[in-house]
Amino acid sequence: MHEASPPPGPQKEPLLQAIDITKRYGTFAANDSVSIDLFPAEIHALLGENGAGKSTLVKVMYGLVQPTLGELRWQGQKVVLAGPSQARELGIGMVFQHFSLFDNLTVAENVALGLDGKETFAAMSARLAQVSQDYGLPLDPKREVWRLSVGERQRIEIVRALMQNPKLLILDEPTAVLTPNEADQLFIVLNRLKSEGRALLYISHKLDEVKRLCDTATILRGGKKVATCNPKEETAASLARMMVGADIGEVKAGSARATTVPRLVVNSLSLAPDDPHGTHLQSVSIEVKGGEILGIAGVAGNGQDEFFAALSGERLSHAEGSVIIDGKSAGQLSITERRRLGAAFVPEERLGHGTAPRMKLSENALLTGHAASHMVNRGFVDKPATLATVDRTTKTFDVRKAKRDPEAASLSGGNLQKFIVGREILREPGVLVVSQPTWGVDAGAAAVIRQALLDLSGRGTAVLVISQDLDELAEIADRIAVMFHGHLSEPIEAALATREKLGLLMGGSSAGQSAGQKEASHAAGA
Amino acid sequence: MLLVLEKRAERSAVIAITSPLIAIALTLVTMSVLFAILGKNPIAALNVYFVEPLTDSFTLMEIAVKATPLVMIAIGLSLCYLANVWNIGAEGQFLMGAVCGSWLAVVTNGTGAGPWVLPAMLVLGALGGALYALIPAICKVRFGANEILTSLMLVYVADLIMDYLVRGPWRDPKGMNFPTTAAFDPVATVPTLIEGSRLHSGAVVACIVVMLAAVMLGRTIKGFEIRVVGAAPKAARFAGFSSDRLVLFTFAVSGALAGLAGIIEVAGPVGVLQPGISPGYGFTAIIVAFLGRLNPIGILIAGLFLALTFIGGEGVQISMKIPLDLTKVFQGILLFYVLACDSLILYRIRLITPYRKAADGTA
Repeated sequence: MHEASPPPGPQKEPLLQAIDITKRYGTFAANDSVSIDLFPAEIHALLGENGAGKSTLVKVMYGLVQPTLGELRWQGQKVVLAGPSQARELGIGMVFQHFSLFDNLTVAENVALGLDGKETFAAMSARLAQVSQDYGLPLDPKREVWRLSVGERQRIEIVRALMQNPKLLILDEPTAVLTPNEADQLFIVLNRLKSEGRALLYISHKLDEVKRLCDTATILRGGKKVATCNPKEETAASLARMMVGADIGEVKAGSARATTVPRLVVNSLSLAPDDPHGTHLQSVSIEVKGGEILGIAGVAGNGQDEFFAALSGERLSHAEGSVIIDGKSAGQLSITERRRLGAAFVPEERLGHGTAPRMKLSENALLTGHAASHMVNRGFVDKPATLATVDRTTKTFDVRKAKRDPEAASLSGGNLQKFIVGREILREPGVLVVSQPTWGVDAGAAAVIRQALLDLSGRGTAVLVISQDLDELAEIADRIAVMFHGHLSEPIEAALATREKLGLLMGGSSAGQSAGQKEASHAAGA
Repeated sequence: MLLVLEKRAERSAVIAITSPLIAIALTLVTMSVLFAILGKNPIAALNVYFVEPLTDSFTLMEIAVKATPLVMIAIGLSLCYLANVWNIGAEGQFLMGAVCGSWLAVVTNGTGAGPWVLPAMLVLGALGGALYALIPAICKVRFGANEILTSLMLVYVADLIMDYLVRGPWRDPKGMNFPTTAAFDPVATVPTLIEGSRLHSGAVVACIVVMLAAVMLGRTIKGFEIRVVGAAPKAARFAGFSSDRLVLFTFAVSGALAGLAGIIEVAGPVGVLQPGISPGYGFTAIIVAFLGRLNPIGILIAGLFLALTFIGGEGVQISMKIPLDLTKVFQGILLFYVLACDSLILYRIRLITPYRKAADGTA
């Protein structure tokens, strides 16, 4: 398996060169004359905000997108990649951010689907076991994918790419779905691949990781290359400045906060999932006080979606008292009735859940506003009132759009998210539950949204934030609890919640213990 | 060369408006080919089919008479289809409405009952259609039964129930054994609009239904609910709209409208309950709903157009000896093209040449 023996020293000749790559969609240039050189035995970071053109560039390198202008050179020879299979033949492998795995198939079957099928299934399974063992990426070829954690699923993708013995491996935001510990393990593997003489292109916007791991960084902004530098010689602030093009304002907490009155209480909430691959909520209990932001950390798929649905009332719980909003039992109230109690909700998925994509913003204001915001009069929609909400949200949260009332799907991710969060905040809710408030949002919009959440809690609202982004929680949360396999840990004061501590909880190391504690404390309280 | 459907970045507003016109044009071309195969002059046939009925005041009124049930049923169906609820059984609801309303006409026949009979018949007709439509709706909500199958199968049940009644208990004793009820009394008959013609006040009811539907869909929270549930089910749940309740609501409303159309048809142009009161209005209305873009005003226009095909079909049968079944062929082809053209709103057709490598057969 070790044909690619370690190179004698840093080679001068680049493995893959992208020269003046331009990709236009209509008049919009996703990439504007971007050049990048990838060398063997080097981890090269591709940094940039969402929409900076990172994905387009790697799609060009992987043959998924044909560039409008510019050329690719592989070991000095000009190549035209007709498709990913040709890229794989050259020796380019890719691990995507969104896994393409079939939940009901086994690990080996999934890997077989991604390979060319020139060997027997048994031989392929044996090779799979060999490669996963060689690289310290343990996988059981016979397990069904739905039984695996997200980290394990990513291993499948990496092993699948490694089985083709690539000379260049492209990884698209691989740590987005990992706990800090899992990320550390991944970095060991990546350094090993580098020492074998392979080139790695590492896409990320997490600056700490890039500084730790990468030898070179190319920074994109607005489709253009801003700089190529050595990230170890830069500071996180200087890298961020190059990414964003300006200094990002720090978010500031409001002054007098955290009252003693719990406004959102969850009492031993247990709920079976309605999806066979979902997570069972196991006696979740938490209190969020007025004026406080409580963060729920955890790796995706550990019950956060189920928790959000149970809080919002999209799924009803079995006991009335399992969810209490401002002192009123709401466990069996519908989402509309919970809104009338002063609760507001922002789901993770912007298009299709938080908004109807093909409907206008005014109609999407009505979507959540019809319950409690005087937009409906005797069954008739007060159209001016819905438009007024759009205008107020636009003004207060700087939502940029082409016309006064466009379709939701036509807004950029950041602007739509500002609209969705703003729509709820303008109602001045007593309780706000937000899931992944800044997922896939540019840094500027993220700062606006985080500041708005802090300001809202400063006005006495209880805010519960479910997020996978530990930096975000560290920035805005007062206390942080971790969700693992449907259990929720005891919350920790944010000041004491180190990455190591949270990382252990996210990996489930003490989840059983804290669940036990919780039951004990309930017994004591009852 | 390969034909592929490629998703558009945005829905095409141009195609959304022109799609029914493209569909009609393609249907006319296909029909011309069919006429030619039958050995008829396509131009002459299309002239008899689509132009001649428009030149005569009698046939114009007949078009309105035929359009009345089509529009009323299609409005109800459009509410279902907008909400992604697939009521295919409007024909059965139409017949059950006719049966339930006719019951009152039969029992009051010749008793000298007052003018309350007709309004009561209309209410009974609408109720009958609504209750009959609730059968597949409840089966769907309770047991997850596919409403396409159940609503369609109930059409044949309704047909046989009506057949039994007019051949058995409700048969006119003086009717010389024909399977029909006695002619309805004047108090049980929908008044005509123009003396001596068949144009009746049902046409006015249809227009009112169109206006109410337009207001409901465009201005009320219920209309919004229907559109959101159909367009983005998860967002609808987030909004607090229950899809189960909406299944019951849309089925009940569309059933009531079909039932109302049924009793108006029986108490209006037909005047008795007998087999064959519907030339497939309930099915043709599905085409009307889609051709009218599930929009009330569009449905009014589409209803008139489809009514024209019924009248034109009779015309070509009489003057050119072309079988009446060709009307059904025409309607089927039209629905096919309407649905096909609708996919062009969100997709574009593109010809692609496969990469030479793939064509060489490496796969």
